[in-house]
Amino acid sequence: MINPDWLWGLGGGLLIGCAGAMFLLVNGRVMGASGILGGLVDGTGRDTWAERSAFLGALILAPLLLSRVYPTATQLTGNWLVILVAGLLVGLGTRLANGCTSGHGVCGISRLSLRGLVATAGYILAGGVTMAALRHVWGLI
Amino acid sequence: MRSVFAAISGAVFGIGLMLSGMTDTTKVQGWLDVFGNWDPTLAFVMGGAIVPMAVAWRIAAHHRTSALGTVLPTFGDQRLDWRLITGSILFGAGWALAGLCPGPALASLGFGGIGGMVFLLAMMAGMLAAAPLRAPRPGEEPWISAR
Repeated sequence: MINPDWLWGLGGGLLIGCAGAMFLLVNGRVMGASGILGGLVDGTGRDTWAERSAFLGALILAPLLLSRVYPTATQLTGNWLVILVAGLLVGLGTRLANGCTSGHGVCGISRLSLRGLVATAGYILAGGVTMAALRHVWGLI
Repeated sequence: MRSVFAAISGAVFGIGLMLSGMTDTTKVQGWLDVFGNWDPTLAFVMGGAIVPMAVAWRIAAHHRTSALGTVLPTFGDQRLDWRLITGSILFGAGWALAGLCPGPALASLGFGGIGGMVFLLAMMAGMLAAAPLRAPRPGEEPWISAR
């Protein structure tokens, strides 16, 4: 019996891929969340601010509306220190690496980019090691 | 027009992230928890997303401009460097700590409570801190490059 969560994952993943495909073929842009936001944060993307803001606004608003009829929870930790450190690392790391799960992962691997593959292997390995150390060795998360 | 289609892409991306379970931090942490109660859902999400995207790249290879007339991204210098490796490792560590990456952090902002907002602000601070360290080469990753 296949786990229904996996089917939801596959279906949601297809939607993510269709969004990226449309953004590429219609707008001519690569759909990387950290790059779209990061360019607004550090000002390097000010020439395309309208397109970035429209994408980000809808990315926030659509799930907010859907969550009214399809209840969901993030189950984010309540530990403020963990949230702060995690946020800083994710922001710093994705900008340094020039991409995150959507950019290097979805858009990079789908064009068999070596940089995308190496980045994805890097963050999954680092994530696995961090999880093993903090959860199973020190019991912190 | 560009903004309209950017918004449609953003909305579909956000709904896909939510339905796939990727805005649930325990599912993402479950994927990384190989020695615990491992959850393979993320691999299905990644696999499902890569298929339409791979088709899109194949179509894009036969065109110079997008439907709205933007020159399609071209990829230049694809060397591996310390920024790619170090950045991905730092990102992976933070990803495991909270179970959020940039897309889901934005998608869950509306229902993620104060913790989600604090995460997003910390993430933006981290992005700002990375700015002086960045030196992207032409065509390295033209994520949402200029016109």
